[in-house]
Amino acid sequence: MADLNPFSWWKGFLALPNESRTKTIVVAFLVAAVCALAVNGATVVLRPIQSANRAHEQQVRLEALISAIPGMKDLIADAGGDALSAVVVNLETGWAAKDVTPATLEAALQDPTNYTQLTPAEDTAGLGARPDFVQIYILRSGEEVSLAILPFSGAGYQGPIQGMIAMHGDMNTIAGLAITDQVETPGLGGRIEEPAWQAQFAGVKVRDANGELRFAVQHGPASNDYEVDGITGATKTSNAMSRIIRFWMGPNGYGKFFDAVQRGEF
Amino acid sequence: MAGKGLFWSTLSDPLIKQNPVLLQILGLCSALAVTTSLDTAITMAASLTVVLVLSAFFVSLIRHHIPDSIRLIVQIIIVASLVIVIDQFLQAYFFDISKRLSVYVSLITTNCIVLGRTESFSRSNPPLPSMLDALGNGLGYSLVLIIIGGVRELFGKGSLLGLQVLPTIDQGGWYTPMALMLLAPSAFFLLGGLVWLVRSLNTYQIEPPEHQAPEKKESRA
Repeated sequence: MADLNPFSWWKGFLALPNESRTKTIVVAFLVAAVCALAVNGATVVLRPIQSANRAHEQQVRLEALISAIPGMKDLIADAGGDALSAVVVNLETGWAAKDVTPATLEAALQDPTNYTQLTPAEDTAGLGARPDFVQIYILRSGEEVSLAILPFSGAGYQGPIQGMIAMHGDMNTIAGLAITDQVETPGLGGRIEEPAWQAQFAGVKVRDANGELRFAVQHGPASNDYEVDGITGATKTSNAMSRIIRFWMGPNGYGKFFDAVQRGEF
Repeated sequence: MAGKGLFWSTLSDPLIKQNPVLLQILGLCSALAVTTSLDTAITMAASLTVVLVLSAFFVSLIRHHIPDSIRLIVQIIIVASLVIVIDQFLQAYFFDISKRLSVYVSLITTNCIVLGRTESFSRSNPPLPSMLDALGNGLGYSLVLIIIGGVRELFGKGSLLGLQVLPTIDQGGWYTPMALMLLAPSAFFLLGGLVWLVRSLNTYQIEPPEHQAPEKKESRA
């Protein structure tokens, strides 16, 4: 007769020699089950706090970027309260996306068909595949777009670089730049996080009068209106920033969006 | 009571005499990677100590019932689960620091100190001494991390815990930061210096040479 009393069963189990097959399997199973419970419990309990942290950080970066742009605060104050609006833009057409809203963007980006594969020649930012939908922030004065805040990302020297770039209404003059995520060498490439370096982006032009993309992060000091200073000792990170910004300012990045804004269609 | 002295030496020996980093040369990877500033070093040290103490407790608790054939797997599972919980906790409550520690918190799983202590001590000792031993080793590791982190942040950025101690040239002061201090090689130099210092003070730590260079017998013809 099998012993059905759980306590004596448990005692009998503990008394088994450690090397018995039953004990090995049951111990392995119990340890795994308890550990799985602990890990899952921690993840589930702490996830809301973590996502709140991430959202809060995005907000802080956005606010820092806005306050770094001269006159930006006054502009928003003039336009009244909630002037900066979040819009999902379709990079294929350059227009606002029809059936994707900021709320459904995350779900849309789970779908691999919403990505465009880039050829190695096009892919100067090292993205591999570029999402077709991006959430941007725009400020309107009257009907005109007077400012757009555009997220960008790409491969740096040590890992991915993410940030946001603000463009004036002509969609050719940079108003400001913020780096939201980077893992470059601290003290060298990591200096792209420093406000002093980011400040020089303000007022830099992206294209010349012929519409040719001229923006570059220079090796050493900038020599004209289309350039910013490179970082000494961080040539690879400087080059990466140059390539990433040029990609997003180009036809595979926000180019079509810029055209749409300049035609007054946005 | 003789037990008291034993407890005390279990706790204090790993600080200097048997320091896991300086004498046993364990856990170097993280000691080099997270010491660019003092606050990351302290967070990492605290995380490792917590994981070490808790894993020592759990392993020691079930030590009579761990089948020998799967003992390493059982220990690693316990350690890895604790590390994930700690990592999630840091991401929730110390978001900024956890971002800068990036992957190194999860790498505590592979830190030789943790498995070394559970395998060599907790597996054959009751929970209380095991936790004391783990705490001692955690503090020994913390001590090294905090010293290296402090020196690197002080000379690399002129600050401690983010507070400016030496005014740098950028801010109109006199101190030129040593960029080398923020790169990995400086941690090797500092660690080497510490090992040398501790072994010079505690000469019993000096190991006999493993090989004698052969005597030079003949002069070149």
